[in-house]
Amino acid sequence: MPSFVMPTSRKGDGRPPQAAVSAVGLRKSYGDRTVLDGVDLHVPAGSVFALLGPNGAGKTTTVKILSTLVTADGGQARVAGHDIATSPDGVRAAIGVTGQFSAVDGLITGEENMLLMADLHHLPKREGRRVAAELLERFDLTDAAKKPAQSYSGGMKRRLDIAMTLVGDPRIVFLDEPTTGLDPRSRHTMWQIVRELVAGGVTVLLTTQYLEEADELADRIAVLDDGRIVAEGTAEELKRLVPGGHVRLRFSDPAAYRSAASALRDALPDDESLELRIPGDGSQRELRAVLDRLDSAGVEADELTVHTPDLDDVFFALTGSTGVPDRSDRSNQSKEDVR
Amino acid sequence: MSFFSLAVRDSSTMLRRNLLHARRYPSLTLNLLLTPVMLLLLFVYVFGDVMSAGIGDGDADRSEYLAYLVPGILMLTIGGTTIGSAVSVATDTTEGVIARFRTMAIHRGAVLTGHVVGSVLQCVTSVVLVGAVAVAIGFRTVNATVLEWVLAVGLLTLVSLALTWIAVGMGLAGPNAEAASNNAMPLMVLPLVSSAFVPVDAMPGWFRPFAEYQPFTPAVETLRGLLLGSGIGHNGWLAVAWCVGLAVLGHAWSKSLFNRDPK
Repeated sequence: MPSFVMPTSRKGDGRPPQAAVSAVGLRKSYGDRTVLDGVDLHVPAGSVFALLGPNGAGKTTTVKILSTLVTADGGQARVAGHDIATSPDGVRAAIGVTGQFSAVDGLITGEENMLLMADLHHLPKREGRRVAAELLERFDLTDAAKKPAQSYSGGMKRRLDIAMTLVGDPRIVFLDEPTTGLDPRSRHTMWQIVRELVAGGVTVLLTTQYLEEADELADRIAVLDDGRIVAEGTAEELKRLVPGGHVRLRFSDPAAYRSAASALRDALPDDESLELRIPGDGSQRELRAVLDRLDSAGVEADELTVHTPDLDDVFFALTGSTGVPDRSDRSNQSKEDVR
Repeated sequence: MSFFSLAVRDSSTMLRRNLLHARRYPSLTLNLLLTPVMLLLLFVYVFGDVMSAGIGDGDADRSEYLAYLVPGILMLTIGGTTIGSAVSVATDTTEGVIARFRTMAIHRGAVLTGHVVGSVLQCVTSVVLVGAVAVAIGFRTVNATVLEWVLAVGLLTLVSLALTWIAVGMGLAGPNAEAASNNAMPLMVLPLVSSAFVPVDAMPGWFRPFAEYQPFTPAVETLRGLLLGSGIGHNGWLAVAWCVGLAVLGHAWSKSLFNRDPK
């Protein structure tokens, strides 16, 4: 078992020697369509890394290359210490992959699928049966174990898929859009599964198009757009990359509104709704300064809200989506202002 | 684990998976038997009198035509069964589970080997079942020696192996099961235009070269010679050469298709 390496939040300064996955300059084209245009990744062992991006960004292709399913046109990558090009079997022995489309054999039962995996991992018969039974139990599939897998619901198939992936006790698990198409309950079950995996010391690289999911699960997030990594960091670091934070003050008394507006010169006024919006990062110091100036002007706001940018802001700012309304202020789309 | 024992172990795991499919869904296999059995009954009981006039010196009876026909029907059974193999390979490789196998540290060729061995076993089973129908309607192999029997079984197995490798390639080449089924159609059509139903001499002159120089004709002639004890001439070597050639070609083709990056 590899030693546990804490995820580092900063790149460059003394990277941990043990990266579960590292890639430099991965490139892939299908015909004249460039899918990956130089992707660099560094996933510390024992962490959850999310590749976030819209459809067609290259998330699945990245996973396919790192899991040795397809070969890259250029660049290098090491997974679990093995080069994907020169030692694919070394990589394969260390990883488990659960794709976007379920990789179960629908014609045979859930239990038979599990025993098939046990056989392919060369587990002794008795141990194979034990591991299969344990995992079926853990993923709440014991009742359905004797039914053909094609009769399973979407959530059950995905659970069987992960259970099959775990038969070989992989150190690194790739999850390609693990919750796409699942209902909210199944999605939360899947999140719980990912957390349990990480608690057991497994490195997880997952792809998702859901910001909430990346925010919820990942230690670090890379935003992939059009075959390139456009940003990388913790959720907090990414949120700091984009403007959009502000303090909003709402008044019901026009006189109070006016005196507040003259006390806070940098505020953006909205005379119609009697609101003031003060750009900032929402830090304690900034907030105190605003409150101090309101106090000295002797006015009290009816409502004060602090808005920090969420990953939605990051996503739309970074992935170059055009024509999308400013999502940082969904409740007040009428007064979109330029900051 | 050594390369060889890994290959054997993983291939037998894959074979078990394919046999499980066949056992769980027997209708897929049985459906493929309908065509050869129907053709057998049709040609013996409906066209039998006319057909028998075309063999021998024109005074053969229906039981002689039955004896003539059965070896061809058995070869056609193999062709039909391998179409099923092409379809199941195509269906299988479009499933996500094959992508999973590719990302596992298992013997690379195991998936295809499992399919091929499974398909050969299925062909042999089909031949036995269709052969049983033939015996039930009066087919007998009175003149065949034990050696000829052994050679006949060997030939049927070899033909199954060769056609299966070609069928596997056809299954991998098509984007889906329908395409695979269309690609593999020649495996069923070629026996129809071989010497399975009528002697090549009875065909129009322009067509004879085609009927003569295709793999099914020497295979059918050899099997007929062995089962009826009437001698096989040079057809035996021709048939073996065809089978080995097709098997090697199909194997190389399938392997290169399987080792391509999946889409």
